[in-house]
Amino acid sequence: MMTNTLPGVLVTTDWVAQHATDAGVRVVEVDVDTSAYDQGHVPGAIGWNWTTDLCDTVVRDIVPVKKLEALLGASGIGNKTTIVLYGDNNNWFAAWAFWQLKVYGHDDVRIMDGGRKKWLAEGRELSTTKPAVEKAAYKASAPDVSIRAFLPEVQQAMKAKSARLVDVRGPQEFTGEILAPPGLPETCQRGGHIPGARNIPWGKNCNDDGTFKSSEELKALYASQGITSDAPVIAYCRIGERSSLTWFALKYLLGFGDVKNYDGSWTEWGNLVGAPIEK
Amino acid sequence: MNRDYETQAMKPEEYSRRNQELGGWAISIETYKLGDVYHCAIASIDPGARFARADGSTREEAEALAIEKAQRYLAQTRKFPAPS
Repeated sequence: MMTNTLPGVLVTTDWVAQHATDAGVRVVEVDVDTSAYDQGHVPGAIGWNWTTDLCDTVVRDIVPVKKLEALLGASGIGNKTTIVLYGDNNNWFAAWAFWQLKVYGHDDVRIMDGGRKKWLAEGRELSTTKPAVEKAAYKASAPDVSIRAFLPEVQQAMKAKSARLVDVRGPQEFTGEILAPPGLPETCQRGGHIPGARNIPWGKNCNDDGTFKSSEELKALYASQGITSDAPVIAYCRIGERSSLTWFALKYLLGFGDVKNYDGSWTEWGNLVGAPIEK
Repeated sequence: MNRDYETQAMKPEEYSRRNQELGGWAISIETYKLGDVYHCAIASIDPGARFARADGSTREEAEALAIEKAQRYLAQTRKFPAPS
């Protein structure tokens, strides 16, 4: 299987400080805490709300294509725009947005390494002003489902061991001791993990300052758990955002050719009647 | 070419991040001042999820409010017996 590292997908906080308001660049903040943007953001950045902007608010699904096109257009983003994403929690939902933008075929998407945490820790400027944006026209591509795993594929992967399953939640979620990260709402009826999954928590991808570890460190991390580029990989978590971050690391920092995000994740599996569960 | 934004950019001041235990859970407390307002956010150490925040006119006020919220949310986290 081909390995193709793509270093251009990460930008530094320095780069963002210099280019955030360049023509052709749009910086977007996407946080777990949807109020964080209003508390101060990278000057020139716009904010997207993952609970309303980046999903279908009726059916449980990713953002529908027409809604995405409207969001990007209203954000002043055209098909050629360089989108730079960042957010809290070491870029959980920035990675979620990145993954969805790739599903819909946006070419130039990048992540600010270290996210909001690093920007703040470095004492860089914040703005509480929402920038005025000139609307643009946006036409999305047909969804690329080669990077998205749906339930039947995950069930088949579990039974036939046709893909390696990586559960990126914390160890206590993996064993079923807790059903959600401490302090966050439970979204499932049962705890545990998909049989055969390896537990490689998302945080192991990151350094203390929120940046991604080096490709050498990441390669060693995954190889130590038998996760290598010669077999398909499916990552999952609770609702699909933490696994977006691991998906990003595997696909874009390690260049894995066949890696998918199972965004149904434990919220889907842990609510299924009769689904096999390991603890 | 830079776009001409009307921004009111300010540098965060008095940034701090510390770890402590709250209700049996390891948490991190991040606080900074922007303008006249102190912002405090609390996250779990594992898995690192931000789950409570508050603002205040002083660091103490912002942190006390955020910690009170965090205690309330953490109290709702159920623990099930670990597998034997």
